[in-house]
Amino acid sequence: MTPLVSLEGVSKAFTLHLRGGTMLDVVRDVGFDVLPGECVVLGGPSGAGKSSLLKIIYGNYRCDSGRILIRDGEEIVDVASAEPRRILALRKNTMGYVSQFLRVIPRVGTREVVAAAGREGGLGRDEAARRAGELLDALNLPERLWDLPPATFSGGEQQRVNIARGLIADLPVLLLDEPTASLDAANRAVVVDLIEKKKDAGTAIIGIFHDEDVRRSVASRVVDVTRFTARSAA
Amino acid sequence: MSTPLLTARGLTKSFGTRTACDAISLDLHEGEVLAVVGESGSGKSTLLSLLSGDLAADAGRVTYRLRSGEVRDLTELGEAERRLLARTDWGFIRQDATQGLRMPVSAGGNVGERLMAVGARHYGDIRTAASDWLARVEIDPARIDESPRSFSGGMRQRLQIARNLVTSPRLVFMDEPTSGLDVSVQARLLDLIRGLVQEMGLAVVIVTHDLAVARLLSHRMMVMRGGRVIETGLTDQVLDDPREPYTQLLVSSVLAA
Amino acid sequence: MSTPVTTQDGYNFAYLDEQTKRMIRRAILKAIAIPGYQVPFASREMPMPYGWGTGGVQVTAAILGPDDVLKVIDQGSDDTTNAVSIRKFFAKTAGVRTTTHTADASIIQTRHRVPERELVAGQILVYQVPIPEPLRFLEPRETETRTLHALGEYGLMHVKLYEDISRHGHIATTYAYPVEVEGRYVMDPSPIPKFDNPKLDDCPALQLFGAGREKRIYAVPPHTRVRSLDFEDHPFRVQTFREPCALCAAEGVYLDEVVLDDRGGRMFVCSDTDFCEERRDAGHRGPMAGHALAAPKPATEEARS
Repeated sequence: MTPLVSLEGVSKAFTLHLRGGTMLDVVRDVGFDVLPGECVVLGGPSGAGKSSLLKIIYGNYRCDSGRILIRDGEEIVDVASAEPRRILALRKNTMGYVSQFLRVIPRVGTREVVAAAGREGGLGRDEAARRAGELLDALNLPERLWDLPPATFSGGEQQRVNIARGLIADLPVLLLDEPTASLDAANRAVVVDLIEKKKDAGTAIIGIFHDEDVRRSVASRVVDVTRFTARSAA
Repeated sequence: MSTPLLTARGLTKSFGTRTACDAISLDLHEGEVLAVVGESGSGKSTLLSLLSGDLAADAGRVTYRLRSGEVRDLTELGEAERRLLARTDWGFIRQDATQGLRMPVSAGGNVGERLMAVGARHYGDIRTAASDWLARVEIDPARIDESPRSFSGGMRQRLQIARNLVTSPRLVFMDEPTSGLDVSVQARLLDLIRGLVQEMGLAVVIVTHDLAVARLLSHRMMVMRGGRVIETGLTDQVLDDPREPYTQLLVSSVLAA
Repeated sequence: MSTPVTTQDGYNFAYLDEQTKRMIRRAILKAIAIPGYQVPFASREMPMPYGWGTGGVQVTAAILGPDDVLKVIDQGSDDTTNAVSIRKFFAKTAGVRTTTHTADASIIQTRHRVPERELVAGQILVYQVPIPEPLRFLEPRETETRTLHALGEYGLMHVKLYEDISRHGHIATTYAYPVEVEGRYVMDPSPIPKFDNPKLDDCPALQLFGAGREKRIYAVPPHTRVRSLDFEDHPFRVQTFREPCALCAAEGVYLDEVVLDDRGGRMFVCSDTDFCEERRDAGHRGPMAGHALAAPKPATEEARS
């Protein structure tokens, strides 16, 4: 099986010009693959660069060297060197990202926020609306909230909207950054279930999970970001 | 279509000894939103004027792909052609709505003008189209016969948008469309613009000094300073991972609410 | 009645010097070559203020010849101050024959009306024009209106008509109603009532327009298409009058309202005085035919000056 995601020698450092040009290493020489149906968990202590690595894969951060190969149908795209338009297309059709924070767009209701992400990812209008409702329901967000913009929601509620947005479409690659951080046990279990379903569907997942139990449930492998050697899940 | 809709190569413009734009190049594809960001004096508004043909460049060229598929150099277009293009295929939302509207003419007349300019001759149809567009930009259609003099700043901007989009242009230039408006009004306007851009698949070049506006509306971003492009890339790249010293300064200077 | 007149010494024929007349004729030729297009010309100082027909007078002066017969009307009437003054002016400076009969005139200078009687080939109608630019009120910049005409961009004109309908339910412009000439230029036909607009279309006579203050001349050659602007669902319509002329019983002509007393008494009579007189001479009688207004005019002083 060919990997859906393949990192080779990825390195990045921040140059803080406002601090007199101080260099801050983020990651160095990262390499690993992710196969369809796998969930690779990025391990390592806080500040090790896990979040940054996800952002590099998504093209949000630019890396200084190395390649980030994403399989898009018949084509292999290197995010590190691809044209901006190509990366945009990749994000639309191939790669989804659930961040820790929901960036709120004023005035758009929750269900519409999620459905819009579905349409972006290629779902038809009706299908997107249907799935949005299903996901919000599964994530225990009550219907009375569906027409409200998420700006006034609690952290946990916003996180669940974020997850729904990230998971609604059928994208072959998913990047999850602490998707369960603000959730209670019941909702954590829901998320685990959703991740399992994605794995069964052949999605390649790279995730950061703060919670031990969740990590144990979903991880196919753990990649310790500090050491960059792949280690099978216990 | 992989051919860009609008390209600029080496656009240069000076005013006396001051170089407002120094060999700027860019590509814009259909449906793309490009934000040109910078502080006062960066040259961003001059660039917009050069792209739209409002100002003649000292050097460089701008090409545009017509609906026919033909790519034309804008300096070679005749005046009549250019004006027709500006009326049908392009839109220009100005910072000051009073410059972009005909203030003594009613809202309906303002929206209907482009239609009449391209030959619409049925009063009832023109009025219906104007009414529909007013509703679409969230202006009460009952105000169709009022002059924009009685409209608030936000309403005037929305009317400007309706006036420009009624002929379904493919490319829209926006010059600080939300500046000077109250925050809540801005939010509404931005949301409207975002929705319309997506619905209509518009290509947009938007000049703004507000990074939040850029983040919300644009796919790609160009940071300008002193007539030059300092940094360019995907909007989220430039805002979250700024490389250049100036960009880092700009991004870190924004106050969070 | 046609009366011969003598010239006063010291004036060139028709007041203007020959070079000026040439300049104006060149402008007129250009105007005829491009129907409806406003040709700038070097308007001269005339012995009457702006707003009193200096444009029309200059055009007439340029085309007048000793064998011409001149009629001058103001709002359809030969005997208002304006008409009388201008007729006297040309009588004094050109010595041409003047008349009040449309049928006898070779040149008719008019302020704000077209004669009811159909004109024939060989006649010239000279209009006095205050503001030649039909787009002026919507677009105050001369640079812009010139460009709009050059590019044939007349959407703005329709915006004006749209505004009328939205405000009044119909196109409320009742005079100086814009027309399209030969399918190309949009022109202001001068402040004639829209009732007269159809007369401009396919007219056998040459129509010249002179604006002295604005320094523009334009023309509609004989048998030119002149179409009043409108909307498909609000087509151009002329005014109709409920009553015929009180003096001569004419129908389908433009009527003036005449106040008879201070108790609201009024009557409607032909605006074109010559037309009304002709009809009465031919025996037509309206309900107020006995009114003083209908009395034959005494021979006036205009025969001598």
